[in-house]
Amino acid sequence: MASTAEMTQEENHWGGGSRPLGARYGKLMMWFFLLSDALTFSGFLTAYGLMRFKYESTWPIAENVFTHFPGLEGDQPLLYVALMTFILIMSSVTMVLAVNAGEKMNRKAVTNWMLLTIIGGFIFVGSQAWEWYHFISGDTGAVETDRQEILHIYNSEGERLSFSQVIHGMENGHASNHGEEFTKGEVLAALKSNKEFYLQEPGKAGKAFTHGESVAMLEAGDVVQGANMIRNEYGRKQFANFFFFITGFHGFHVFSGVVINFVIFYNILLGTYEKRGHYRMVEKVGLYWHFVDLVWVFVFTFFYLV
Amino acid sequence: MADHQGTWWIWKVFWILLIITAVEVVLGIIKPEFMLTQALGTSILNYTFIILTLVKAAYIVQIFMHVKYEKKAMRYALYLPSLILIPYLTFILLTEGSYLFS
Repeated sequence: MASTAEMTQEENHWGGGSRPLGARYGKLMMWFFLLSDALTFSGFLTAYGLMRFKYESTWPIAENVFTHFPGLEGDQPLLYVALMTFILIMSSVTMVLAVNAGEKMNRKAVTNWMLLTIIGGFIFVGSQAWEWYHFISGDTGAVETDRQEILHIYNSEGERLSFSQVIHGMENGHASNHGEEFTKGEVLAALKSNKEFYLQEPGKAGKAFTHGESVAMLEAGDVVQGANMIRNEYGRKQFANFFFFITGFHGFHVFSGVVINFVIFYNILLGTYEKRGHYRMVEKVGLYWHFVDLVWVFVFTFFYLV
Repeated sequence: MADHQGTWWIWKVFWILLIITAVEVVLGIIKPEFMLTQALGTSILNYTFIILTLVKAAYIVQIFMHVKYEKKAMRYALYLPSLILIPYLTFILLTEGSYLFS
């Protein structure tokens, strides 16, 4: 009798209809995509880790790079990126609330929570654009040696100086160049005339040079302001490349998430899911949206904190 | 989720995520002296960050993405590949990275 029972069970399996994973097709496919995407992102982040371990002593410290907060002067490490994290967590929460309301077929609540999720996504992408703008336009400026190494200017008290402070003096200059462009000649003249200025490598264990060495290095090298894919004032070329690539790829995910959320939102307004009898589409985009939040949690830690 | 009444469980996770993030930011700004001791390749502070991040990630995946309530087969299908491949890749690349410069 047992064999007959097994056979019918097997026939049923081949005939379809059983759901060993207990999830519908769409949701399963979304999960498989997210799994592969998670591996892609871990590839990027571990590649970042590889480069960072390679240049351990001179890798730029994120807190010395991302120090701006809109409307506040001076050094504000981590604050802005903490705000961005908060915005993304918040929009993840409104997304769960939307999914939750969808399960209860509460159309009005789904509409409102989806709208808030979309707004949160927009604010996040906008914040990222602001951060990119500041990263690209630069802060203090740096010296690039003829061997493509980045060095920063310090005074005898160990304070890092901007070109603006080096040239206009501590009282008249700004801690950030504020978009003012300086030539190599101007910086070199100021460096030569001030014996207390010297150059130092970025990072935890960056080497400091004497005043004489510093002048010789700038004479053979050049000045850098801002950042692009080829050179950046913060340190290793790879630092800017990874910043653009990882936050850019994540930002692109957020942007596509906002677009997909909007399509779903539009369908909610049209009543598509009401007619269909379920809000499973909201659950599927919800998974994607939480994934974007999940990735950001890791980017926040490994790019800005550690 | 049938066993979920109301939305309190969502807000509970929200507060957990918010508090963990706040702790991370405060630690990142003040950098307590005693946490900068080096152990196994990096500082205790960095280990704290990584553990807190994994806790946050677990809450997002388990609760927000509902994985906790999926079937066992589904949970294994998602967890096994990521929990084997990602640590493996991380281990290999970070070990190689520390040899590359020498």
